[in-house]
Amino acid sequence: MTKAPAQVQEPIANREDEVWLDRVHPADWKNPHPKDRYHLVVLGGGYGGILTALEAARAGASVALVERDLLGGTCLNAGCISSKALIRTSRLCGDITNAWRFGAGMPEHEFHADFGAAMERMRHVRARVSRRYSASELSERGIDVFFGNGRFTGKSTLAVHGKELRFKRALIATGAHQIIPDIPGLAEAGYLTNDSVFGLTKRPRRLLVIGGGPFGCELAQAFQRFGSQVTIVQKDPFFLRQEERDAAQILSEAMARDGIGIHLNTEARSIRRGSNEILANLVTDDYETTIAADAILIGVGRAPNVAGLGLEAANVEYDAANGIHINDYLETSNPRIFAAGDVCREHRFAHIEGASAHIVTRNALFLGRQRLSALSIPWCTFTDPEIAHVGMYVTEAREKNIPVRTLTVLMHEVDRAIADGEEEGFVKIHVREGTDCILGATVAARHAGEMISDISLAMSAGIGMRRLACVSHPYPTQAAAIKVAANRFVQTRKPSVRNWLEKLWLKL
Amino acid sequence: MFNPAPTIPRPGSIAETSLLSDEILLDRFEERAFRYFLECANRENGLVADTTRSHYPSSIAVVGFALTCYLVGIERGWMRRDEAALLTLTALRFFHGSEQSEQRNATGYKGFYYHFLDIRTGRRVWQSELSMIDSALLMAGVLTAATYFAGASDTESEIRDLAETLYGRIDWRWAQNSGVTLTQGWKPECGFLHYGWEGYSEGLILYILALGSGPHALAPESYAAWKSTYQWETIYGRDVLYAGPLFIHQFTQAWVDFRGIRDRFMREKRSDYFENSRTAAYIHREYAIRNPGGYKGYGENYWGFSAGEGPGVRTMTIDGAVRRFFNYVARGAPFGPDDGTIHPSVIFGSLPFAPEIALPAIRRVCEEDARIGSDFRVPNGLNATMPGDDEGGWISEGMFGLDQGLAVLMIENYRTGFPWNLTRECRYFRNGLRRAGFSGGWLER
Repeated sequence: MTKAPAQVQEPIANREDEVWLDRVHPADWKNPHPKDRYHLVVLGGGYGGILTALEAARAGASVALVERDLLGGTCLNAGCISSKALIRTSRLCGDITNAWRFGAGMPEHEFHADFGAAMERMRHVRARVSRRYSASELSERGIDVFFGNGRFTGKSTLAVHGKELRFKRALIATGAHQIIPDIPGLAEAGYLTNDSVFGLTKRPRRLLVIGGGPFGCELAQAFQRFGSQVTIVQKDPFFLRQEERDAAQILSEAMARDGIGIHLNTEARSIRRGSNEILANLVTDDYETTIAADAILIGVGRAPNVAGLGLEAANVEYDAANGIHINDYLETSNPRIFAAGDVCREHRFAHIEGASAHIVTRNALFLGRQRLSALSIPWCTFTDPEIAHVGMYVTEAREKNIPVRTLTVLMHEVDRAIADGEEEGFVKIHVREGTDCILGATVAARHAGEMISDISLAMSAGIGMRRLACVSHPYPTQAAAIKVAANRFVQTRKPSVRNWLEKLWLKL
Repeated sequence: MFNPAPTIPRPGSIAETSLLSDEILLDRFEERAFRYFLECANRENGLVADTTRSHYPSSIAVVGFALTCYLVGIERGWMRRDEAALLTLTALRFFHGSEQSEQRNATGYKGFYYHFLDIRTGRRVWQSELSMIDSALLMAGVLTAATYFAGASDTESEIRDLAETLYGRIDWRWAQNSGVTLTQGWKPECGFLHYGWEGYSEGLILYILALGSGPHALAPESYAAWKSTYQWETIYGRDVLYAGPLFIHQFTQAWVDFRGIRDRFMREKRSDYFENSRTAAYIHREYAIRNPGGYKGYGENYWGFSAGEGPGVRTMTIDGAVRRFFNYVARGAPFGPDDGTIHPSVIFGSLPFAPEIALPAIRRVCEEDARIGSDFRVPNGLNATMPGDDEGGWISEGMFGLDQGLAVLMIENYRTGFPWNLTRECRYFRNGLRRAGFSGGWLER
């Protein structure tokens, strides 16, 4: 894998973009004069870095934040917020297309998705959200914001734009970049990534998505619903490699129903530009085919940003594939330096960075010994249906010789899901056999991202299935599926002495 | 010369079917399914056609089913023992003498065989894969035949010798491709396929036989690795080792009697693979009763989702609802995919485990579709939602060998347990089961 240079980048010429850029990287920003020594220097102004800086500053620490490009990182500028704003419109398109099922359809020819307007809305959303990530806002909260390439010069020093920042503790949160597969002809043909796709103003008529991970699946479905003819190519035999196969199967079904051309177990071997189109040669085992597209979107995965950080000078161990090596306390091999988020491959995604912020602040500044593994951190792929997970997978439990039982509730067993016409999917809660301890859960449902929070809360609070069965939900709600699972656990557990006594009582 | 055209069975009618006792009804279906193998076998090399459709090749898995079905035919008086022995020997001689090499048109390699073979020449067709599971199903038939033909005649003696040779030369460890679990296939054009045999599936018989052989047998660790992705789920209030398509719960079970024998996983769960197949049938039935997709016909006696044919890839508006139909896919319950298609062979496949729900479903299918009730044909797929040529909805054309094989073995297992009794006596099955960690019941005797 190499990082190729030829991305398709559309010009940014939009008032919302001006507001956004003025907040996340003001053109006239002047780096402050460094303090003698900071309690905490945060290298990387993404979601996790900013949260950590804010929490440390609130606690009274002197904090410097170093960002080489845009504050807010991938999450705000080229990922979570941007894609969710776009997915909101695409989901609406899907609903309108399916509205006939609910007695409210409209003739197909009367429906028109305005891609330009949807992108404009996305930029407006991004500009609004960027306020809390703005350089001036952070500065007002007592954080020294430095723009420029930060580079460690020693075990407790870092240089940015010729200025040296001395620190007591540092956090590396530089994130990751899109991996560009080494496909002959790709660079010459041009391609989109998460960095450039949100700059589009015109919808590609035919889009080839290479990579079936969360980003690839989300965007493939969104563009298909906007009216592009999307083809998605995935090297593995199923989407979302880390998720449960039933969830991946349900997603695959949903994407096929949307009309996406699905090529699993397939690789793009070569790409060439024709007169008016891009031609991709796809290979599945020994079968070859050629797909024509107008644009290519790359989503094969991300690699940690570790180059040019001076990690050797700081005595921080890392490797190019897995990023910075950390322990459960988020410490690197240099006890003064911590790392979190995408730059540590095992712990990706913005919400993990957010969860890590608190740990870093406590462990770095207040002699805390909080463990990342003690957290129950959920995540979600925001396709339709959504795929959300928290805690262990069954395979992980079995690898650790933990006997596991899964309580499954189909969404078509849930009254509200039936009423909503959103019966696709399931709730699976994994429980340690012989106990009511929740090990993890997967939810595949239209609102899985919201539903998983109930289970995440239960796990964080140490609530087991028996207590969960006592939690009341408003009726009818889709989240009641979780209570149904808990009830089923209670109903199928071995009779206790109390059950026996109750039965005896009723016989009296 | 080989002629795959099926004979027309004795006529019947739906009204007559309803008057038949369960025993006679099942006998009719079993015999009709058995006749498939006589009608579709090439007597010159023992290969059997995958389907009754013209120009279809032979499937090695169907040959595996055929070799065991011949034994049922002998016991039922539908085939003479010497005729069955000769047909079996012809097949074994063919496999023994056929080309084993890396050539693209060979018959096999490393002791395994290509999934589809030209029924006349016996060479690889359709650029099919060297198939580990289909080779295992073939060997299941080979080994049961060798167990049954225990006579002193030259024919029966040669059957036993060839079976030992064919089974013993399979290089199971090569099929691991340096991993722990088995790969699903290999092609001379691209090497091993990306898919592996991991998690509960019909691959259970593959591991049992791969563990039970001699020089190239897998280590027990491979079975443990295969089980590592097992999911023990409570679905519709029933505990089950989950797999969606119903045939997964039946292919290994067609040969192996799992009553009372358990591996470590089933010991922990206090269940066994027999009970699990019963639960799976009930889950399919429950799914059909709930019928979340609103498909026509589904109900307590109309269920059975599996890998098989469908009405074809198309989208249609039927009774105001947009319906997407599929071609050949692995349908399953309760997670789908589901396009309104059921696969009757797995209803027959449920007979030994849950006869109280399978028998009414067989009768319902006969009533639902006159084309089944009148000639006792087990079709591959039925779809009452998709309009067919007449009122019965869509029905797949012709007959598939795997369906007939499953129907014969499972009806017979339900009626007498004869196929199960054969493998109980086969040392390779016993050895494989023991090395996989199975114990208890008949394995201890």
